[in-house]
Amino acid sequence: MARVFNPPLAELVGARKRYGRQVALDGIDIAVRGGELLALLGPNGAGKTTAIGLLLGLLDADDGSARLFGESPHSLAARRGVGLMLQSAGIPDTLKVRELLELTRSYYPDPRSLADCVALAGLDGLIERRYGKLSGGQQRRVQFALALCGRPRLLFLDEPTTGLDIEARQGLWKAIRELVADGCGVLLTTHYLEEAESLADRVVVLNRGEVVASGTVAEVRAHVSQRRIRCQSSLSVARVAQWPGVRSASADGERLEIVADAAEPVVRRLLAEDAGLSDLEVQRAGLADAFIELTREAA
Amino acid sequence: MDAQVLHPHSSLRSYGLEAKYEFLRLWRTPSFALPSLLFPILFYVLFGVVLAGGRGGAEVARYLLATYGVFGIMGSALFGFGVTIAIERDNGQLEYKRALPMPPGAVLLAKMAMAMLFAAITSVLLAVVGGVFAGVSLAPWQWVALFAVNVLGVLPFCAVGLLIGSLVSGSAAPAFVNLVYLPMAFLSGLWMPLTMLPAFIAKSAPAWPSYHLAQVALKVVERDAGGPLWLHFGVLAVVTVGCFMLARRRLAAAR
Repeated sequence: MARVFNPPLAELVGARKRYGRQVALDGIDIAVRGGELLALLGPNGAGKTTAIGLLLGLLDADDGSARLFGESPHSLAARRGVGLMLQSAGIPDTLKVRELLELTRSYYPDPRSLADCVALAGLDGLIERRYGKLSGGQQRRVQFALALCGRPRLLFLDEPTTGLDIEARQGLWKAIRELVADGCGVLLTTHYLEEAESLADRVVVLNRGEVVASGTVAEVRAHVSQRRIRCQSSLSVARVAQWPGVRSASADGERLEIVADAAEPVVRRLLAEDAGLSDLEVQRAGLADAFIELTREAA
Repeated sequence: MDAQVLHPHSSLRSYGLEAKYEFLRLWRTPSFALPSLLFPILFYVLFGVVLAGGRGGAEVARYLLATYGVFGIMGSALFGFGVTIAIERDNGQLEYKRALPMPPGAVLLAKMAMAMLFAAITSVLLAVVGGVFAGVSLAPWQWVALFAVNVLGVLPFCAVGLLIGSLVSGSAAPAFVNLVYLPMAFLSGLWMPLTMLPAFIAKSAPAWPSYHLAQVALKVVERDAGGPLWLHFGVLAVVTVGCFMLARRRLAAAR
């Protein structure tokens, strides 16, 4: 194969982690490569935090392995290639943004200049302010700047846009896309599915410590093959619900809503049986539907 | 300033900055800095200068200069370590720092350096009050030795603070530290000489690490109870290493 060799920057291989009797991760495989954004999705308690903890060397796997740049995550040299934004990170309120950046930059061998950090994270005018005096959204931006100030090859972003307004969120998305385009690998965990849908090259869905789906956004979405069909029609709901390929049908007055395995045969029959049909609309499942379906199936 | 670093990355700058910002954080937290620095001085002025002024003033002032020094540095070590570690454990700061490529031990070393700096300030302020206002006169080597005892004496209490910080929550830590700090200070004769306290307190005083540090400081001003120095150093070393090891285990197990 004439593919450029692109080894994983971070990977879990058969990683298992137990807390007492509770299994947090049940032998999962994850790999993040340069120039790609991997979104780790899953409900609370699915094992996302544990997976990140293993990759950052905060936890040790009971079984299997965690590697950062091919080394143990405990290695300082390996962690120097990593930038991180943790949702749970406490950052000292009394320090100024400039001081926080100066300290975190000192951990890295070849950090970004202060001016670059300010520009990338949109910190104009905040640099001399104390962290504790900033708004929630401004604090998120500072955390993002701290994550990228070391010029990392790999970024861990744990719920990076929680509490941001739409404009700020899109600003951050733009910055993340630029970093990925520059060859940075990103592991993103998020509750916002549209965030994963908009940013991710690949998605891993975790539930109860297991990988229930992984692949591109389109592949994960394809796990849910159903289509949602809406239309104005005089056909009786009870009859439509009996058609082959129809999973369910409901009506709100004249408005029919049908969930079908495949849209085409159902639409063809709808049009054939009701010449007066209008407002036809067909939707494929989004990542959100796939996600709900996948985590429910596994439950 | 921002020259490209082409030589191997040095961690020294990180250690330095970590200590600098640890100090700035506490300095900007008046609820820590003011009591830590002012209480020992105020107490010393009150008991060592004002109340003792009448009879045997300089004698009492000499004894209390040594013990209030120990009292003061104990406070900044216990609060600076115990309370800050507990809070940082609670709010995720310790974990975040562990995940960052921070050079090993930088947080602990920074807190230690900070405790020593606060101890140095306390020590100098007390020396000024004692020397200028309370008429304490010591040989130059005694002033220097007292300063050294105060600055190095923070280590066992940093370890005790670390252990407390690894055990209790951030919100409980200040109360818990006071519960250890104030009785221990009283029971080991830091506020008033043990000879003025009931016999059973004087007898049980050697159970406290603060007693042993106070005896070292008192030996410098020639007012100690006569115990051998090696014993005091031995107890302080055991307390330091023991608390540090227990705290390490506890901090590692917490995650």
